[in-house]
Amino acid sequence: MNEEKTQEKTSKIDLNRRDMPRQSPEMRRNNFDEVALGYTEELALAEASRCLQCKKPRCVTGCPVEIDIPGFISCITRGDFRAGIKKLKEKNCLPAVSGRVCPQESQCESKCILGNKKAEIAIGRLERFLADWEAGQGKVDLPQKAKPTGKKVAIVGSGPAGLTVAGDLILLGHEVTIFEALHKAGGVLVYGIPEFRLPKAIVQREVDYLKALGVEVFTDFVVGKTRSIDELLEEFDAVFVGTGAGLPWFMNIPGENLNGVYSANEYLTRMNLMKGYKYPRSATPVKKHIKVAVVGGGNVAMDSARTALRMGASESHIVYRRSHTELPARAEEAENAEEEGVIFDVLTLPVAYIGDENGWVREIECIKMQLGEPDASGRRVPVEMPGSNFRMQMDAVVCAIGNSPNPLVPATTPGLDTTKRGTLVADPETGKTTRDRVWAGGDIVTGAATVILAMGAGRKAARAIHEHLTMENR
Amino acid sequence: MNKVIERSMIVPNMHLLEIESPQIASKVKPGQFVIVRGTDEGERVPLSIADYDAEKGTISIVFMEVGASTSVLARLKAGDEVATCVGPLGNATSIENFGNVMLVGGCYGIGSLYPLAKELKAKGNKITMVLEARSSYLIYWLKRYIPLSEKIITITRDGSMGQKGHVSRLPDVIHNMPERPDRIFVNGCTYLMAHTSEVTKDLGIPVVVNLNPIMIDGTGMCGVCRVTVGGQMKFACVDGPEFMGHDIDWKEFLARRKAYMTEETIFFRRSDAPAHNEGKCAWHE
Repeated sequence: MNEEKTQEKTSKIDLNRRDMPRQSPEMRRNNFDEVALGYTEELALAEASRCLQCKKPRCVTGCPVEIDIPGFISCITRGDFRAGIKKLKEKNCLPAVSGRVCPQESQCESKCILGNKKAEIAIGRLERFLADWEAGQGKVDLPQKAKPTGKKVAIVGSGPAGLTVAGDLILLGHEVTIFEALHKAGGVLVYGIPEFRLPKAIVQREVDYLKALGVEVFTDFVVGKTRSIDELLEEFDAVFVGTGAGLPWFMNIPGENLNGVYSANEYLTRMNLMKGYKYPRSATPVKKHIKVAVVGGGNVAMDSARTALRMGASESHIVYRRSHTELPARAEEAENAEEEGVIFDVLTLPVAYIGDENGWVREIECIKMQLGEPDASGRRVPVEMPGSNFRMQMDAVVCAIGNSPNPLVPATTPGLDTTKRGTLVADPETGKTTRDRVWAGGDIVTGAATVILAMGAGRKAARAIHEHLTMENR
Repeated sequence: MNKVIERSMIVPNMHLLEIESPQIASKVKPGQFVIVRGTDEGERVPLSIADYDAEKGTISIVFMEVGASTSVLARLKAGDEVATCVGPLGNATSIENFGNVMLVGGCYGIGSLYPLAKELKAKGNKITMVLEARSSYLIYWLKRYIPLSEKIITITRDGSMGQKGHVSRLPDVIHNMPERPDRIFVNGCTYLMAHTSEVTKDLGIPVVVNLNPIMIDGTGMCGVCRVTVGGQMKFACVDGPEFMGHDIDWKEFLARRKAYMTEETIFFRRSDAPAHNEGKCAWHE
């Protein structure tokens, strides 16, 4: 019924999905400034007014944190941006982040009814617009906090999961303390995602917002080393573990320990967190590489390949064992990379790295692949083509094939059960682990996934922790 | 946080840095390390812990001034603060009564062996200290080791103190001992540890080294500290820093250790600190 009505309406509505202005590829491949420049007010209004305001909005069902999407969009249409950002922040304490790095095309936007006409509403861009508008006002509204409960919560890790839990629980009146192992809060948002995709000032803004709400943040504090979970439980009523998937995988092929072979974590951390892109104005040294091969096809691989170009590499390759269609990266990121000049060597698998007499990588040996039958994930399995080995000259390799969960917390916490993959065992609805008063969420539970899924898990855990803490009061 | 209690030069180019850090001081065990960042723009440098005092709430580090980052640390004064001091990182040494143990130290390792010596002594081990340096004036902390050890052997390159030569004399030294050591611990620059491992290969004595690779986070995240041990890839920060010296691929480890020598020198030349020695170990070039 509803659908029919909406169908009828589509013939009259605007199917022109507004593009977001971006830096040109020639420009941006030479700087670390943000690629996408954001909607202007006019563009935001035009895009927002295309929204059909469905009675049963399907977009909301595609959002892991259940944002009232038609609600905030109608605020934009009315020009009431302050009400819009307020609506967003009811469900999402990091809109400037998720508006930039969420895979909207496979979540909210994929459900939009206008998708039938390939004109889905640009929800992510509108979300980003509101967050940036608020930041531009210079004055961020602090929501009213609930009456203090006297309960204390420790959050381990300051990535998207931990920040979300902190944001939710502080508003509910609990005392919240975040413990971060690195010297800057933000987790993967500061060490992993590059400046040109997510400016660090934006992450800092979100962290400052939480601090203004009263969240305490201890950096340089490694839970599992500086203090154990058990010690935290003596002082806190509940603990949330959001330590992420921080242990890089390698392929176990010859030459992986040659100099010039990096894990994506190392490569990106050097550039982002340690400000390697400013070297030699910053102290952390980086090498100048001419030809860089990035192994893998996910967002981290795209980030690495695009970073390599910006660091002055004359060639930056993505070496991926399946075909273009199977690339796990967001389509937009793969397109950005291609536009900037990243070369895609698909159906190609590295089998060895060859070094010089000083232990530096000089060549990579690869084998050609072809696609076989689909596997359990539905993707066709790449199969080696015997005798198709060939070599490429490369003076750097970035291994971006994924991470396993960081073992520091599980290894030092008795009774905290893990799966065979090393992830924490946790209730998918509540994040409750096998230890009393300990919850977990994000990549430490799911294995490497997305920022918004970690935020969704954080939201559920926060709800469960709040229930537990207030239950005790009764 | 991270207030400097003391910073002094103990022998030329070698500094003692005592930092207030009650959290680390109450947790640290022999064999562990911290990561220090002198300033907010500074790089993250892993440094072995040479002493700690849980009651006073301080830890001490002995380090050699070799490049830009350590030159910043070498200019700290009491009352200053360092931007980062995080730890204790890495696994603690597993200490039991081995019987006779030999502790071989050079460079900063003379300092970082001290917590280990105290703990080994407390467990009833008989300790022989071997301190190696280019010359007598670079040997330090003898007074600290005298009450802990049965014997202290010094080896100097110029023969100005103890035996003349370097650590390759070790098989001779061991041969002349009334009782062979049951275990050898080596701390110091990579060359010293690699060399000691090599010359002791045929003696049938376990040799434990405490590796000092380049690191960023020190919690297993970046993987820059990877090392091949017994044919397997290990991360020194979470699997180590101690490994059996005879199992390590030293050629690879030395190459990885030197990866940024050129870049460190470039930065050093651009910074205000006086240039010297271009990032090499002054004692074992």
